[in-house]
Amino acid sequence: MNAAELPAIEVRNLTMQYGDLVIMNDLNFSIERGEVFVIMGGSGSGKSTLLKHLIGLKPPAQGTILFDGEDFTTADETHRKDVLRRMGVLYQNGALWSGLTLTENVSLPLEEFTTLDARSIAEVVSLKLALVGLRGFEEFYPAAISGGMRKRAALARAIALDPEVLFLDEPSSGLDPISASRLDDLIVEIKASFGTTIVVVTHDLESIFRIADRALFLDITEKTMTALGNPAELRDNPPSEEVHRFLTRSSEGLS
Amino acid sequence: MRTAPAERIATVTAGVAELRYQEGVLLAALSGDWSIEQPTPRFESVLAQDANSRGTVRALTFDATRLGSWDSSLLVFLEQAQAYCEAQRIEMDRSALPEQVTRLLTLSRAVPERDASEDQQAKAPAIARLGGAALSTWSNVKSSITFAGEITLAVAQLPRRKVRMRWREFWVVVQSNSSGAIPIVTLIALLVGVIIAFLGVVVLERFGAGYYASYLVGFGMLREMGALMTGIIMAGRTGAGFAAELGSMKITEEIDAFVTLGISPVEHLVVPRILGIFFMMPLLTLYADFVGVLGGMAVAVSLLDLSAKQFLGGMLSAVTLIDALLGVFKGLVFGAVIGFSGCLKGLQTGSDAGAVGRAATSAVVLGITLIILANAVIDWLAALLKI
Repeated sequence: MNAAELPAIEVRNLTMQYGDLVIMNDLNFSIERGEVFVIMGGSGSGKSTLLKHLIGLKPPAQGTILFDGEDFTTADETHRKDVLRRMGVLYQNGALWSGLTLTENVSLPLEEFTTLDARSIAEVVSLKLALVGLRGFEEFYPAAISGGMRKRAALARAIALDPEVLFLDEPSSGLDPISASRLDDLIVEIKASFGTTIVVVTHDLESIFRIADRALFLDITEKTMTALGNPAELRDNPPSEEVHRFLTRSSEGLS
Repeated sequence: MRTAPAERIATVTAGVAELRYQEGVLLAALSGDWSIEQPTPRFESVLAQDANSRGTVRALTFDATRLGSWDSSLLVFLEQAQAYCEAQRIEMDRSALPEQVTRLLTLSRAVPERDASEDQQAKAPAIARLGGAALSTWSNVKSSITFAGEITLAVAQLPRRKVRMRWREFWVVVQSNSSGAIPIVTLIALLVGVIIAFLGVVVLERFGAGYYASYLVGFGMLREMGALMTGIIMAGRTGAGFAAELGSMKITEEIDAFVTLGISPVEHLVVPRILGIFFMMPLLTLYADFVGVLGGMAVAVSLLDLSAKQFLGGMLSAVTLIDALLGVFKGLVFGAVIGFSGCLKGLQTGSDAGAVGRAATSAVVLGITLIILANAVIDWLAALLKI
C-alpha cells in the first residue's frame, strides 16, 4: 500500500492506565494526513495522557498505536528516533529551556538532527521565529517575554524540523483571547501551507470550532470515547448528553 | 511538513536552483526536492555563477514547474533572494511560486522586526564600568544590611507576639538539622579529632611531650575545629538547602503570593529557618566536640603509652568550661551566618532554572567565607580579652 494513503496515526483498542487505575478504555480512531484533529473532553478525562501515548512518552497498557502504519513503541532505537524526529510537540507550558535564548531553543533540534552548518541553522531559526511573529526577539530568554510569546516560541521550536505531525497540548491555555486567536490562525496557516497533520488537545470551545476538522470526545464517566466527527456537526447532532453539554457549554441536559 | 512523504522515500533528487538572464530579468528555475536534511543551494552562490555575463537586473522571477517536494530549506533560500532584492532594489516577482510558499513568506514578514537597537548599549569606558561595579557592590551590601535588619526586627518582636512565626517550619528545620545532620557531623568530627591527635602525637613526640597531645585535642576541638567544621558542613548542607528551597519558591511566584497576601516572607519563611539553625548549631557543635575528643583519644591511646583516663585527666587539667563555651558561642554565630546567607541568596534568586543552582552555590560560598571571617574575628577578640 502506498504510504500516502495510510492514516498518519492509527489507534487500535487502546487502554490507558496509571498503575491499576484505568483512565480510558477501548479507544479506536485514526488521524488522517493533513487534518487538524482535536482531542477534547473535560478536565481529568485523560486528554493529555492520550497525547503522551501518541507521542510515545507513555506505553499503552493494552492496544497499539500505529504511526505511518508502524508500531513505533516496539520498534528499535534508531527507528524510534527516526519516527520521533518527524514529530513536533508543543507542551502545555511551552517547556522552553529557560537557560537558553529563543534562538538556542529553536536551534537545538536542528543541531541535533540535521547536518546543516551554523549559518544555515541561524537562517532556518530566524525564519521559524519570523513565522510565529517573533522576529527581533532571537536573543531573548524565555523569562523575559510574555506568556503568549513563550507559547509561540515553543511552537517555533516544535516546527523547527518541519515535522509531519505536530502535537499541541492545550495551546491556548493561559493566553488572552487575542493571543489565543492569533495562535489559532497560526495553526490553521501551518496546516494549509505545510500540509502538516496537527493533533490538538484542548477544551477551548472557540478554538475547537475554529481549527478542528475532526474532534474526538473523551467521556470521563464512560471511560471511553463517545464522539468522533466534525465539531459543528457533533454540536448539531450530539451523540450523547455529555457531548451536547460540552459543546454548548451548558450545565443542563438535552431537552 | 514535507508535501509528499511517499515521494520522499521513492525518489530523492537534491534541490537545485539555476539562474537564467534575459533582458534585465533574472529567472530562477527551481527543481528537485528541497529538504533541510540535505545541503541545498544558497542564493548568493547561485548568483555568483556567471555573474559577469549578465547585464543590469531589474527583476527576479521564478520557475517552479519542476519543483518537487519542499520544506523550510526552500523558504530560507527565498528569504535570501528577497534580502538580496531588497538590498539591490530589484523587484521580486513571486507569482510563479506555489501558493503555500507565497503565503508562508508573507506570514514570516507579517510582523515587522522588533527594533533591537534599543537593547544594544554602547560599551562603557573602563572607569564607568569600575564605578558601576562599585555601585552594584554597594547596593548589594546595602540590601544585605537591610535584610539583616528586617530579620533582627522580626526576631526582636517575636517575644511580644507581634510577629506570627510558623512554628511548624521551625520544627522542620530543627529536625533536619538534628537527626538528619548527625551522621555527617559524626563522621567529619571524628576524623578531625583523629587528625588533630595524629598531628599532636607526631609533632610532640619529637620533644618527648606526646602526653600533651591531649591538650591539643581538647583546645583544638573545643575552641576551634568543633564549631568550624560543623559550620562548614552546615553551610554546605543547610545553607544550600535554604537557598534552593526559597529560590524555587521565588521562581514559582510563591514568595510573591506571600507578599500580596500581606504576609512578610521574612517573618514567615526566613525567621523560622534562621532560628532553627541558630538553636541547633551550638548543640551540634557540642556534639562534634564530644565525638572529636573521642576520636582524638582513640588515636592517642593507641599510639602512646597512655590510658583513656590519663588522656582525659590531662585534657581536663588544661581546658576549662570557658573554652567549650567559646566554641558554643561560635556555633551560635555560625548558625546565624548560615541561615542569613542561605535565605538571602534564596530570596535574591533570578528567574531561570539555572538561577536556583547559582543561588545555592553562592549561599555556600558566602556562608563559608563569613564563617571563616567570623571565626577569625572571634579568635582575635578572645585573644584581646584573654579568654
